[in-house]
Amino acid sequence: MNAPLNPRLRVRFAKHGKVRFTSHRDVARVWERALRRVAMPVAYSEGFSPRPRLSFGLALPTGCASVGEYLDIELDRVRAGEVELDDELCRRLDAALPAGIDVQGVAPIERGGPSLQEAVVACTWEIAVAGTGSEPSDLPDEQARAWVAGVLAAGELPLERERKGKRVTDDVRPLVHALDMLAEAEAEGGTSVPGVGGSVRLRAVLGTRPRALRPSELLEAGNLVAAGDAHPPLRARAVCRMHQWIEAEAEEPGTSPDDEFDRNQLIMQGDRWTGWQERGLTEPLPLPATAAVSAALVGTRA
Amino acid sequence: MSSLWPELEQFLGEVQKPARYIGCEDGMLIPDHRPDKAAWLLVYPDTYEVGLPNQGLQILYEILNERPDAVAERSYAPWTDLAAVLRREGLPLFSLDTHRAAGDFDVLAFNLSAELVYTNLLECLDLAGVPLHAADRGADDPLVLVGGHCAYNPEPIADFVDAAVLGDGEEVVSEINELVAAWKRAGRIDRPGLLADLAGIEGVYVPGLYEATWHDDGTLASVAPNHPAAPAEVPKRTVADLADWPYPRQQLVPLTEVVHDRLNVEVFRGCTRGCRFCQAGMITRPVRERPAEQVRTMVADGLRRTGYDEVALTSLSTADFSGIEEVVADTVSDDACGQVSVSLPSLRVDAFTVGIAGQIQRARRTGLTFAPEAGTWRMRQVINKLIREEDLYGAVESAFSNGWRRVKLYFLTGLPTETDEDTLGIVELAKNCVEIGRRHHKGASVTVSVGGFVPKPFTPFQWFGQNTEAELRRKVGLLRDAARKARGVQLKWHDPRASVVEGLLSRGDRRLGAVVEDVWRNGGVFQEWSEHFDLDLWLSALERAGLTLEDLVYRHRREDEALPWDHLSAGLHKDFLWQDWRDALAEVGLEDCRWTPCYDCGACTGYGIEHVVASAVPPAGGSQGTGQELATGGEVPVKLLVGAGGREAGS
Repeated sequence: MNAPLNPRLRVRFAKHGKVRFTSHRDVARVWERALRRVAMPVAYSEGFSPRPRLSFGLALPTGCASVGEYLDIELDRVRAGEVELDDELCRRLDAALPAGIDVQGVAPIERGGPSLQEAVVACTWEIAVAGTGSEPSDLPDEQARAWVAGVLAAGELPLERERKGKRVTDDVRPLVHALDMLAEAEAEGGTSVPGVGGSVRLRAVLGTRPRALRPSELLEAGNLVAAGDAHPPLRARAVCRMHQWIEAEAEEPGTSPDDEFDRNQLIMQGDRWTGWQERGLTEPLPLPATAAVSAALVGTRA
Repeated sequence: MSSLWPELEQFLGEVQKPARYIGCEDGMLIPDHRPDKAAWLLVYPDTYEVGLPNQGLQILYEILNERPDAVAERSYAPWTDLAAVLRREGLPLFSLDTHRAAGDFDVLAFNLSAELVYTNLLECLDLAGVPLHAADRGADDPLVLVGGHCAYNPEPIADFVDAAVLGDGEEVVSEINELVAAWKRAGRIDRPGLLADLAGIEGVYVPGLYEATWHDDGTLASVAPNHPAAPAEVPKRTVADLADWPYPRQQLVPLTEVVHDRLNVEVFRGCTRGCRFCQAGMITRPVRERPAEQVRTMVADGLRRTGYDEVALTSLSTADFSGIEEVVADTVSDDACGQVSVSLPSLRVDAFTVGIAGQIQRARRTGLTFAPEAGTWRMRQVINKLIREEDLYGAVESAFSNGWRRVKLYFLTGLPTETDEDTLGIVELAKNCVEIGRRHHKGASVTVSVGGFVPKPFTPFQWFGQNTEAELRRKVGLLRDAARKARGVQLKWHDPRASVVEGLLSRGDRRLGAVVEDVWRNGGVFQEWSEHFDLDLWLSALERAGLTLEDLVYRHRREDEALPWDHLSAGLHKDFLWQDWRDALAEVGLEDCRWTPCYDCGACTGYGIEHVVASAVPPAGGSQGTGQELATGGEVPVKLLVGAGGREAGS
């Protein structure tokens, strides 16, 4: 017999500044402590070593920033009603979290729905790149543009990596859903990788199935096919995850029937990123506007 | 004075575990640097994971930052990968709080908890751009201080430090700061004058104002003042009452995993059980308990503030704390803190202790650790660790019958007068413990952890010639053979080679400065890490310096011989220690003076202070807890506290 399902909350948060050097596991522990500090009635696992029932999205590589991280919290069924979903909750959570981990929104989600790890199909990344030299100006725009064109034109992108202790070679070209160089105006005025001035920026949408392609791996594989005498190898100066994408029908925040919460309690909800609507994708917890994302990053470089 | 972060962050992606260099802990203070404030960089010369939890450093960090004339930041030894990057990029050692260059501070204060970090002290100074030798430092260089337990014999690093501070730091740090702040306001011109003034502070030893001389046979003649400001003997500092110092008030909560990653509340300082091998117990006398009410407040406030679900009540023997049962009961039943587990490091060996442990380890009942330290009653009388076999078996019986599956036992080998029978007694004890365990669980096991004994200054064993590496190896071999035949006994041992170097540094004299420097120059850093430890570096450095392990480590020292720390004082009379050494050889135990008349070791009388103990009667327990009828142990009722929440956690 199945136990009754626990109510769930989804939190969207940013990770930037000095704390981007913490690991995925570090961030999990930081959240566990923060939730205890705000007395969130988190459900615990059974057994001799009870653990809080929290689940995170795809691990963010250590050192990368993000404006689209997620955490799903299972609440204790009996005490879930104590939770007031309001701005005050976000404020208290922010106060309990270190500078650089900023709560962007909290919303109830369907009980027993798929986990973030299962649901996310792609991520959008911004990558500030440089050439082999130490100065950003060592990489002219046209070289980066040629690199991008070379990667997109490649029929295959072989990448050697470790899987279950063995070295395997995967063709990761199918995982590069989109790749372009950000226009000057877009990079300066809109969303941008925090903290790196003067760099050429790439935007990449990278798939996660069957195995997620990381930005560093994109550069490694791309350097093999697209770098040469004319196109020097690129290295990342800074990386920021901008979005994580799930299939729209798979999960819709706030729409599931739930006796603990109703749709009106949703704190933040916004438009999907328009480019992805026709492909049937949405964010696990969309924000009202991209402007809010970059605002969250202004002046936060520690 | 500006932040190096913009440069550093470009390279942190290249190194392992970059989170240990970012700071950002909850509880971190952002200091306001000003010309009229002395700027301290408190350095723990080991990794962040080991150094961050250090309570001594955190206490000084808060006390200094509360002062209007001081600021304090922290730094830890960068791992070898980052050190290489810093050198490659021409960047210095930096603070974690605001990522300032170490050379921008007025004081570099090192916490020395273990001798094997001495080469890391040099590594940090070099990365900071500070001349290694105190004699070479000038007006532009910061003052280099050391404190912590190793400061009781700082002779091996005397060349590198401007001053060493003995004992509790809570009060003396402010006295030092006043002099440093005045020196800074005056333009940091008169460095010799500052050092002479520092030597006038009780508890501060300025090695440069003393001269060491040796006899023709290579033994030490004396370390004596060569400056009018230097006292003939430097006494340690002791705070009379822990209640005046409820620090740290805001324990640092790191963002990345560290050792002892939990709330730590010190319940008392000092220990008078009198274990003769234990330097910490000897040098931190007398016992000063924190009032139980203050402990409760620090625990409750700390848990709420930090979000930790574990609190350690720390001391050298926490089951001896007068209010232990009540404090533990209050903590585990405080719902506001959520599901909290309490850990008691340094458990006493008796059933009473297991009872308390049963009350607190609600969820994780995986392993319980005891430290009988020696395998036979004779040997335990020599070291004054007066645990009878019945005490240990009673404790083990309680542990296994209350759900624990694994018991860990700590032992020392290479103790004075130790015979092979004593050594093998370790495995005999463990075998009997397994047998007790198997009555309760088929899979019951006992892990035996053996360390080679290193004699330390200011203990009755300071005259004892340490066992050679070969002898320690032989003893480990005996144990290994015996343990192999013993079902359910797992043996672990500490590397005897590391014990040799620890012994060299703990009782060495000034001639070792050249050795420490030589080892560092040949790449010997992080010597307390097995992947970096290299005995050959030490042996070849000793050879170049014309010194031998035989003279410095393995030889018994004579009663009339000068010891390198004779001009320093931990409060203990040297004749008391000598008498205790004779008693040890005669296998005579000594009572715990908390509950018996004073035998005048010197720790209280010399300072006009007393034990601060709330309970007039010894805690319940086995013979170890009573201080009575030492030969056999007293009749003390043992009350088990199991069942108080024993199995609730899984629900």
